[in-house]
Amino acid sequence: MKRRAFLVAGAGAVVIGARPLGASAQEVHDIRPILDAITGGAAAEEGGVDISLPALAENGNSIPLTVKVASPMNETDYVAAIHVIAERNPRPVVAVLHLGPWSGRAEIGTRIRLAGTQKVTVVAALSGNRFRIARQEVHVTSGACLDEGSL
Amino acid sequence: MLGRLQVPPTVKRGEVFAVRVIVQHPMETGFRRDVDGKAIPLNIVDHLACTYGGREVFRVEPGSGISANPYFVFPVVATASGELAVEWRDDRGATGRVAANVNVVES
Repeated sequence: MKRRAFLVAGAGAVVIGARPLGASAQEVHDIRPILDAITGGAAAEEGGVDISLPALAENGNSIPLTVKVASPMNETDYVAAIHVIAERNPRPVVAVLHLGPWSGRAEIGTRIRLAGTQKVTVVAALSGNRFRIARQEVHVTSGACLDEGSL
Repeated sequence: MLGRLQVPPTVKRGEVFAVRVIVQHPMETGFRRDVDGKAIPLNIVDHLACTYGGREVFRVEPGSGISANPYFVFPVVATASGELAVEWRDDRGATGRVAANVNVVES
């Protein structure tokens, strides 16, 4: 009986610890308003954006991300910005990176946090008000913040 | 605030080189709690920019989805020898700067 009581108490503690702080932060956000704000309602073309993310991440706290966009990067045709959006993160906009013809290449790398298994969306804003979009799914075994009992 | 910047020792004029920068910062999301159960307030680097040859060549607006100790790698075209500097600022106004000299050689 002692063991059973201990297990019940333990399970209770885990449930309390795992209660979300905000309003269901793990929920998948509808990112369409974010995409519309970036593109101004214009359609984003698929393809030409290469997202490099691990297919499986053990931990969501630091996931290496590389984005390559096919672009000549000259004065008239270049990538102006790269938007990284994680639909299941409590704040879906991960980062906005600004490049230009002086970059020579449209290729950036960083490390991101993911609050669980989800699709990461990357929108590249090109010169001349054109947009390219790509998505990549990442399986996250333990999301960022989860192990801290706050999400 | 501490940071580390890495550029190649020499680059040929017109060549694209990679700049790597890492900033020491907790990037607190505002969703974590401390041992007493109190919420740890948001504290993130929300602006980081790189200038080279008197012009801004890279800028990023990181959110809380960027990992602690934010790391960025980005390309720049070598134009002339000179200082390449990265400056950043967090949401509480704390700033930091790292700089390195880019040595451009004729190809």
